[in-house]
Amino acid sequence: MSTLSIPVSVPSPYDDSEQLRKAFEGWGTNEGLIIAILAHRSAAQRRQIRDAYAQAYGEDILKALEKELTRHFEKAVLLWMLDPPERDAVLANEALKKWSSGNRALIEISVTRTSDEMFAVRRAYHARFKRSLEEDVAVHTSGDFRKLLVPLVSSYRYEGLEVNASLAKSEAKMLHEKINDKDYGNEEIIRILTTRSKAQLLATFNDYNNEFGHPINKDLKADPKDDFLFALRSIIRCIICPEKYFEKVIRLAINKMGTDEYALTRVITTRAEVNMKQIKEIYYKRNSVPLERAIKKDTTGDYEDFLLALIGEDA
Amino acid sequence: MGQGLGGLGVDEEALVSALGKWRHQPEKRAQLRKSFAGFFTADGGFERFEDDYIHYLKIEFARFKNIMVLWAMHPWERDARWANDVLHKAHPFDIIVEIACTRSSEELLGARIAYHALFHRSLEEDVAYHVRENFSNLLVGLVSAYRYEGDSINEEMAKSEAKTLGTAIKSAGVRNLVENGEVIRILTTRSKPHLRVTFKYYREMYGKSIEEDLGDELCLQETVQCLDSPPKYFSKVMDETLKDGADKNTKDALTRVIVSRADVDMEEIKAAYHEQYGAQLEDVIAMKTLGNYRDALLSLVGQ
Repeated sequence: MSTLSIPVSVPSPYDDSEQLRKAFEGWGTNEGLIIAILAHRSAAQRRQIRDAYAQAYGEDILKALEKELTRHFEKAVLLWMLDPPERDAVLANEALKKWSSGNRALIEISVTRTSDEMFAVRRAYHARFKRSLEEDVAVHTSGDFRKLLVPLVSSYRYEGLEVNASLAKSEAKMLHEKINDKDYGNEEIIRILTTRSKAQLLATFNDYNNEFGHPINKDLKADPKDDFLFALRSIIRCIICPEKYFEKVIRLAINKMGTDEYALTRVITTRAEVNMKQIKEIYYKRNSVPLERAIKKDTTGDYEDFLLALIGEDA
Repeated sequence: MGQGLGGLGVDEEALVSALGKWRHQPEKRAQLRKSFAGFFTADGGFERFEDDYIHYLKIEFARFKNIMVLWAMHPWERDARWANDVLHKAHPFDIIVEIACTRSSEELLGARIAYHALFHRSLEEDVAYHVRENFSNLLVGLVSAYRYEGDSINEEMAKSEAKTLGTAIKSAGVRNLVENGEVIRILTTRSKPHLRVTFKYYREMYGKSIEEDLGDELCLQETVQCLDSPPKYFSKVMDETLKDGADKNTKDALTRVIVSRADVDMEEIKAAYHEQYGAQLEDVIAMKTLGNYRDALLSLVGQ
């Protein structure tokens, strides 16, 4: 569920644009006003503001935001203002440009979006980058990672709930066999994880647990430094429970020395209107501390205020 | 069309003339599907055939072979059913290459949407599961592609990839080429305009077209042909299918190609056929086929 709080009576997009224009004018910027408006509008409303602003002032509001804002706050607001498919396309492209095998933004996006949402991302990628997502993934990755990630971003999983029980059993067995042989990049593992429907995979993972006495991820922990295993585990966790997966990303982003703003911004801007509520609940259960307290401790200034607003915890 | 189907038997002439009149008018056929409420159901974005009615129609239209059924079907459903047939009845896999490579990106997506609706699995999961030969990765990549369709091309990249392909072809063993990661990457992810430029550079660099150098490589030669020029590819298929002694699968290609291309690039296929074989496609079809089936084909091929 969304954590956005949107006022009952929302000003017209033109009024919002006018206010935002005032926030940019003159020396300095009224960040508080920007947050007060943009962090309290839905994706559809933000799109209308973007159109209204362009009509009224002949400029894309994103350009103005880029000029006026800085650093993490700027990054977060820019991402926030994009339509979700375009946002995901931008995040995917960024992940590829600074690709490292420990990066899982691509996995996150490919697995937690629905099949149709993922196709919208691919379409947005065409429009923005004049290439296909899969061609860029293929070029920026190699070896087992390429074999895993290209099918992953290209999949169009069936979204029905039907499960073939005997197939689940046989594929659980197959997974176990290959994992046992430490043949992690094996075609069968990749085939199963990247093409089967989520319902079918859940049944397969359940079968694995029943048959072998422990969850499949336990068997994928042989080497904690192995990024490929990390990638496989992430795929599986995103399928089993995306909210738990996101809670962990946030937890790790703010628990270390320093903060991984890249990950924090990514999760919050992409989940605020989707399932941030559940993520907050899981966070509280797991850490006995409300998420907003952790964010307040670890971030400052406008960036902090913006994130708090998105998770519904404005001061 | 209604008169053609009502009552006893079938008015073949009316149907053949409808085929001709409704070329290049997919919206007319869509209307037809909508008006035959009993035969079609609205299903996730396209009107699909009820399975029982397909069976009934096939019998009714036996003399047309299944051209009427295929012609009335939504293109997405057609492609999904053909792909499914290939995977489950072990028809030749080039049909999968054909569908994946000669349809536009949106049409291929449409086939994948239809596949979900019809078979409750994804196309790529079935391809991955049923194709166990070494070209499985190539086929999965081809059916999963959502190629960029704009004209923007990076010439340097095309040149360098032509070289990559050339090196792979020179050094690979015959069977291994289809497993080569770079070959698969280039052929399954690059845009078609980019690939055509790449193939052009290949010819400049190596003196032969990449098709020639691929020889009889399973699926690879078809892949390149379909990506480079569908009309040329289809005219070759036409030639094969109209030869004496062609087997059933090859003969099925006649219906398949004509029905699926009538609205797309039939004129270019005829031109390519004429250029390659020195004959008019319509004439050869008229010679080699009979009765209502022939009339239906000629109607779709156009005069």
